[in-house]
Order: sequence, then structure tokens, then C-alpha cells
Amino acid sequence: MAVLDVAGLTKAYGDLRALDGVSFRLEAGELFGFVGSNGAGKTTTMRIILGVLTADAGTVTWDGAPIDFAGRRRIGYMPEERGLYPKMRVGEQLEYLARLHGLDASAAVTASKRWAETLGIDARYADEVQQLSLGNQQRVQLAAALVHSPDLLVLDEPFSGLDPVAVDVMSGVLQERAAAGVPVIFSSHQLDLVERLCDRVGIIRDGKMVAQGTIADLRHTDTPQWMIDGPTGDGWLSSLPGVRLISQQGARTVVEYSNTDGNSGSSTSGEAAIGQTILRAALAAGPVTEFAPLRPSLTEIYRHEVSTTEESAAHQGNGDAR
Amino acid sequence: MSLTTPTVQAAAAAGPALPAQSAWSSIGLIARREISTRTRAKSWRVTTLIMVAVVVAGVLIAHFAGGLTQSFAVGFTPDVPAATVNAIEATAKAASVSMTASTPASQDAGQALLTSGDLDALVIPQTAGDAPSGAPSFEVVVKQTLDPSLQATFTALAQQDALDAQVTGLGGDPGTVAAAIHEANVQVTALEPEPTIDTSQIVVGLATVIVMYIALMMGSQFVAQGVVEEKSSRVVEILLATVRPTYLMAGKVLGIGVVVLIQMVATVGAAALAAHCTGVLDASAIHLGSMLVWSVAWFLVGFTIFALMLAALASLVSRQEEVGSVTMPALMLAMLPYMYTVTVLLHEPQAQLGKVMSFVPFFAPFLMPVRAAFNVVAPWEQPVALVIAVAFLPVLAWLAGRIYAGAVLRTGARIRLKDALRSA
Repeated sequence: MAVLDVAGLTKAYGDLRALDGVSFRLEAGELFGFVGSNGAGKTTTMRIILGVLTADAGTVTWDGAPIDFAGRRRIGYMPEERGLYPKMRVGEQLEYLARLHGLDASAAVTASKRWAETLGIDARYADEVQQLSLGNQQRVQLAAALVHSPDLLVLDEPFSGLDPVAVDVMSGVLQERAAAGVPVIFSSHQLDLVERLCDRVGIIRDGKMVAQGTIADLRHTDTPQWMIDGPTGDGWLSSLPGVRLISQQGARTVVEYSNTDGNSGSSTSGEAAIGQTILRAALAAGPVTEFAPLRPSLTEIYRHEVSTTEESAAHQGNGDAR
Repeated sequence: MSLTTPTVQAAAAAGPALPAQSAWSSIGLIARREISTRTRAKSWRVTTLIMVAVVVAGVLIAHFAGGLTQSFAVGFTPDVPAATVNAIEATAKAASVSMTASTPASQDAGQALLTSGDLDALVIPQTAGDAPSGAPSFEVVVKQTLDPSLQATFTALAQQDALDAQVTGLGGDPGTVAAAIHEANVQVTALEPEPTIDTSQIVVGLATVIVMYIALMMGSQFVAQGVVEEKSSRVVEILLATVRPTYLMAGKVLGIGVVVLIQMVATVGAAALAAHCTGVLDASAIHLGSMLVWSVAWFLVGFTIFALMLAALASLVSRQEEVGSVTMPALMLAMLPYMYTVTVLLHEPQAQLGKVMSFVPFFAPFLMPVRAAFNVVAPWEQPVALVIAVAFLPVLAWLAGRIYAGAVLRTGARIRLKDALRSA
């Protein structure tokens, strides 16, 4: 069952189309990574989910019903632009935000102290926020998003500006929340982190979702590649239909399979079987010291998705110039 | 994913049952934060103490400078005839000169009191011998100069003595002449009698407009700075994910209103208490009690008007440096009645323009209390002006709420009023 369903969000700022039919679903307990270049529409989408912006078109539904004000108060939100009262004490700030989200006074204190402890800022509980380092302010910001035990977490760039230890703390908390069944959506430019943490990823470009799915889905290709460190030359490949040589450097050979008959090779099991066939052919030709499927990293997928339009846009730009 | 779903539903069902939070509890929380953070600030406490100290000092100075309604201490040496003492007191009373008589033990003792400033004048018997016929039967000793109103009193009595002497010399009866003169009055009928204005009314009127101006400007500036503080620190985005923009604005206005009211009650209360203890206003025609009650009502209305205006205007900008310029038009609306009061109304409390302006919601909070200090408001005027102003509030609140909601999340360059209204 989808907990959060975002469908066909459209938003324009004057002539600028910030969002153009953005849709995705967020399942319970799922960590969803939202990636895209600056200005692609991540923040706008999140703000619309939170209700601080209204969409021109499209819906946000929560457990099957359009999300309302009461539902939105059950979201934990970390805006891109960090925001806390600089002159308010850490504890008071967390307690105040917890109470605004509907907790009673004693529950607010308990929750604030618990999250301050979890995030390692309990020693600064009575200090003014402005006295904390930026990294610690970021932890307070996360605590502020978590303090009311939200049913959904929406975090805009939660990892930006964090040191490696803080990144680990933040990752741990997000995984722990997801494991507790809370769906988490967060945006980040740290793609390795997204790849490591997220169950699913959405790539947004110019206000459109250009790719989304599990990391495995996104990595999947109809033309899988393998790297073989073994026999030299390409003679051993000739017996393999649909397999062609991509590159060869010394003993390292990269091959690609493309489906010629149009009925196999698209499934993961078919891909694995082809891999084994290639490996056997290589072993028959000589010793193999290394064999691995070459999967594109999220960074490569992202580059591919984002560069597609940027290149075409660049070409168009050049054409206009001429 | 499907495996975790049942767990989540169970967790959601067993999760903390949140009470349906009403608008008022959100507004209350926001207001309480404003009150606690602001009253705890050292700057606020120091300002309040200074304001209290200044007004109390003002009242005490007025008291020791002889009171707002001037009263003279006049000493009579024991050898001044009782008839002369009575005559001087009667003449002073007839001329509305407030005077307290005392009897120093001797002329030397009286002069010592003059020197120390405890006496304004010392009356001694006429030095015998070279006095011309008809000269008054007393002389006056002062430290430096004789106050003109006392001088007039003594002169009037001296002239009376001289006249009596002449009348007696001509064979007439001074008593008959005096009675005849006393009755020879021109009957004057005033069509619009001007109420008598004493100095204390001018002072209280001025103090009222100054305190009201400071309170309203300070309070609404607090609101403006608070709005921009939330905008520039971006905390507003978190807040607005939880509360509606209008609640946030209402809570802020309410909270800061309470903070400023505390400060004003402390200040004006200290001034009223000091005035009561020193009796400095006892002789005045001001109805202090009702004036204070009405002033509180006018403060509340005026604060709501200016706070809403400044909250809306301040939401258009994102930096504290821009607050001044964006709120300028609203501040002019407060400056206008203030300047008018100081330059015109204090000298001419019955001015027609002042009367008309005191029914306009923006000006009423300044002008009505001042006019009330001069007792020139008919009983119906303040209630009617208050009803007009209160009826105006929902319109203003609606407009301010729209501007605020349309502008408060848009950080960066200053937003045009028109754009804020359109996007709300």
C-alpha cells in the first residue's frame, strides 16, 4: 500500500515551469532518494508535499486520501534553508516545535531530550542555537524534524555540510526510522550516499521525473557489460551470439551483450545466464583471474540522465547561435 | 516492502494519540513563546525599568517644583495684624492664586526660610515713619523676585488700601464703595464656553500622546522585527509546515501585545501611583481613572492596527535592514497624529480638525486620550470612535493576513504588495 502518492505535480513561477507532472510513490518503511541538479524541482516538490507551497495542478495523497492540514502536521520536515530561532535555547526550541506539532508539555520535554541524546547534542541542550557549530545546528534541525515522532520524513539535503561522523549519525537515524516503518524521502547531491542508503531513487530534471526505481532497476540495462581479466584477443568471443568487444587493454577485456532475437536478456536471470556463458567461453580460451558485471554507478546513471538534455539543449543553443 | 506494511499500520495506530489542536492552542503557544522570550531578555527589562524611573522622576520633579497647579508658601511675621493676613488670603483666593500661610517665629526666621526656598514670600508690617498716607500696612520680602501672580495679589490689596484711604479722606464709606464696585460687573454670555485648562492637563495630554506613541511604535516594531527574524532565519518554513500563516501572525501580535501592555501598565501605573502619593494632580480637572481605562482600550485597538500593518509590511522583506524603509508608510500614519497633537491640539484642544481626526481608526488611539485629558470629549464620542475602530479591525486583519501569507515564504528581494496579494 502506498503511504504517500504524489501525482502529476505542476508548478510554474511566471514563465518558468518549475515542476512538470512530477509523480512518485513512497511505500511504508522506504528510503527514497531524490536527486537532481540545482533548480531541478526537488525543493519545490518537497514544499508542495508540506503544504508551504500550493501546486498549480496535481495531488498529494496520504494513505489514499488527499493530504490535509492535520496530515501534514504528522510530517517531519527539514527545509533546504536551515531554520531555527538563533537566540532560542536548543531544548526550548525542540520543545516548542514538538508542542506546535501537538505534543503535550511533558511529552514534548521527553521527546526533545531523547532526540538530543540520540543525535549527540544533549550537552548543548541549554545553549542558544547560535552558539552551536553549523554541524551541531544541523543535528538540532534533524531533531526538530523528528521530535514529534512523524509518520513521514521529508528532508531537503539533510547531509549537506556534515562531517563524516555526522553523516554516519544521520544515516543511522534515517535507516532506523525507515526500519520502524516511517517512509523517508530525502534529497542529496551525494550520490554514493544515496546509492548506499536508498531503496529507491528518483531522478528529476527540469521539473520532470526522468528516472525512478530501485537502484537495481536503474542499473539494469538491455546491453549489460562484463569485464574479463583473462584470455587476450577476441577470437573466443566469436562463438557467442550478440556479444561484442567494447575495449581491450592488455588482459582486461570489456564485452557487451545486446539482445538480437528480442526475447531474452532483459530479465536479471537471463542476464546472469549470459554472464555465465561468457565466463565459460573465456575459461575455455584460457585462465580467467577476474570476472565481473560492469554496472553503472548511480553517479553514471545520473550523469547519463542529466546530460542527455543538457547536451541536446547545448546543441540547440549552438544551432541558434549559428 | 510489503512485509513491513502491517507493522507500520500497527505502529501508526498505537502511536501517540494527538489531540485535535485548535487554532487557539497554536496561537496560544506562539504567543507564549513571544512573551517568555521577550520578557526574559535583559534589554526588555532594562527598558521597562528606565521607563518607570523616567516617569516617576517626572512626577516627583513636578511635585517638588511646586506642583503642576502652582501654590505659594507665604509667611507672615507674628506682628502682622490678623486683619492684614485675612485680607491677603481673601484677595489671593478671589484671584485664584493658591496660597498657604504660615507664621515664622520672627522676621529673621522667616528670612532664613526664604533663603532655603521653603517660603516664596514673607510679609512683614510696614516699616513705621516715612510711609505716605494711604500706603499699605505691610511690606513683602522675597529671595530674588516675586512671582507675578503673588505680586498682582499684593498690588491689588495695596491699591484697595489706597482707594479706601482716599474714599475715607473724601468723607465716604469704603465699604459702600467696595460693594458698589463689586456689583458693577458686565454680564458675559458665552455661546460655547471654553473649559478652563490647567497646566496639568497640558502636561498629562503631552505625556499621554508620548507614551501612546512610544508604546505603539515600539510594539509594532517588535512585531515587524519578529516577522523578519523568522523570515531571515528561515524558521518560518518549519513553522508554516505546522501552523497556518494567519495563526502565526495572530500569535505573534497577541504575544507582543501582552509584552508591551505589561510594560505600559508598569510605566503608567508607576506614574499614576506617584501622582496619587504626591497629590500632584489632585487640584487638576482630569478624571484620571476613566482616562486610564480608556487609554488602555485605545492602546489595545491602536496596537492591533499598527501591529497588523507592520506585520504585513515586514513580511515583504527578508532582512532587518529593510524593515525601516518598508514600514515607513505605516509609521507616517502614527507620526501624523503625534505631530498634530504636539503642535496644535495641546494648545487648542477644541480644534475641529482634531475632533474629526479622532474618529479615524489610525488616529483615534493618539487623539482621543489627549482630548479626554482636556475634558473636551462628549460622553458618546469615545464609545463611538472605539466601535468604528473595532469594526475596522477585521478588514485590516483580513488584508494583513493575505499579504503576510502571500509574502512570508518568499525570501530574497523585496516583494511588491500587489504580488503578495495576488499569490495569497
